[in-house]
Amino acid sequence: MNNPPDISPVDHETEEYAHEVRRHVRGYLMVGGTLLLFTLITVGLSYVDFGVLFSHLFHVNMSEASGRKANVTVALLVATFKAGLVAAIFMHLSAEKRLIYRVLVFTGFFVLGLFWLTFLAWYDPVHR
Amino acid sequence: MEIPYTVSARRDTGLWNAKVGIWLFLASEVMLFGGLFSAYIFLRLDAASGEWPHGLLNVPVGTMNTAILIASSVTVVLAWAALKMRDLTRYKIYMTLTILCGVIFLVVKLSYEWPQKFDHFGAFIKEDALGKYEQYLGNKHLLEKGLPPRKEITGHLHNHEALTDPNIKDYEIALDPVNADPTNPAMDRPHFWPIPATDKIATIEKEDVQYANMFLPKHSAYFASYFTITGLHGAHVLGGVLVFCYMMLPASFRLYRHNPEHLANRVEVAGLFWHFVDLVWIFVFPLFYLL
Repeated sequence: MNNPPDISPVDHETEEYAHEVRRHVRGYLMVGGTLLLFTLITVGLSYVDFGVLFSHLFHVNMSEASGRKANVTVALLVATFKAGLVAAIFMHLSAEKRLIYRVLVFTGFFVLGLFWLTFLAWYDPVHR
Repeated sequence: MEIPYTVSARRDTGLWNAKVGIWLFLASEVMLFGGLFSAYIFLRLDAASGEWPHGLLNVPVGTMNTAILIASSVTVVLAWAALKMRDLTRYKIYMTLTILCGVIFLVVKLSYEWPQKFDHFGAFIKEDALGKYEQYLGNKHLLEKGLPPRKEITGHLHNHEALTDPNIKDYEIALDPVNADPTNPAMDRPHFWPIPATDKIATIEKEDVQYANMFLPKHSAYFASYFTITGLHGAHVLGGVLVFCYMMLPASFRLYRHNPEHLANRVEVAGLFWHFVDLVWIFVFPLFYLL
């Protein structure tokens, strides 16, 4: 979804522009509704024991810890989808200038580096 | 001197300056929250089985606050679209709704959720005394079901002075339902609707307790992370509300009459910050309230 363009000084173009913005507004409302729906889905899914569910579906024996990890993964996937909608539509990242994407690529690189630094808490050269 | 590129785009960046500025600021915000989130996730993954608190937050209230923040993200983008359509009346309505949502979020957090936690008590039982409190912990039942053991007894502390007076030898707790009826299968997983503490009183000897405190940051790594991240997030909500209030002052309406596109751009920049605050909450909610 594109950012609505700047308003035009010409009358008939202003009409077209208003129509264009109204179309965007409908989109924003739909995204808001989708986000609310997925909030309820997140809550609902947190009460599903994915360990038990996967054990029944795929006839595998999942430990309680593995089941919990499955629940965390599902919740984070839904959260990532919701965050993606906010970023793409509300923050207009679906159609932004190249400079903003460049800034975000660097941000992604450095935040992954930061996660890696935390990951070093598990580094143990003695008991390898 | 007039500040350049508040409305028109610079030729080299293709953007008006505040837009570049806010994205650079948001990049630094990603690092700030990213560091805290990664610390939380690694603390959580390394916690021993049964030692990470679970189901202690109020899920319906958290869900309501999530809905309020999402609604405010919609209203702020509608306020901006109204300015783009040069409809000042609609802008005022949507901006007022946004401010209202932000204020409700903060009031719920600071006057209800946090104080409710400060009033709750938990005692972690020493490993060698777990058997003595089996009637409140139900660990045999959990072991049979392959669930992690319980090591903490929670509820409302009757004798608050026990926290500071070394002469008092035990804690008297009105038990939470999970400890009042620990072998009830309905207690195996947290409930959506919180159940209040029961009137069943347990006496726990201090010498059997490894660590006990109210639900404060020092209670556990979980609550330390919860109060740090939700506190920092709340500070951002407050900052956003103050900026939106400024955008409802007469000075902003004068700017609208003089240069409406400039005010629209200011609202867009503040809106980008607000959406980021919403985006952070989208991850806070499942990580702290649900998992």
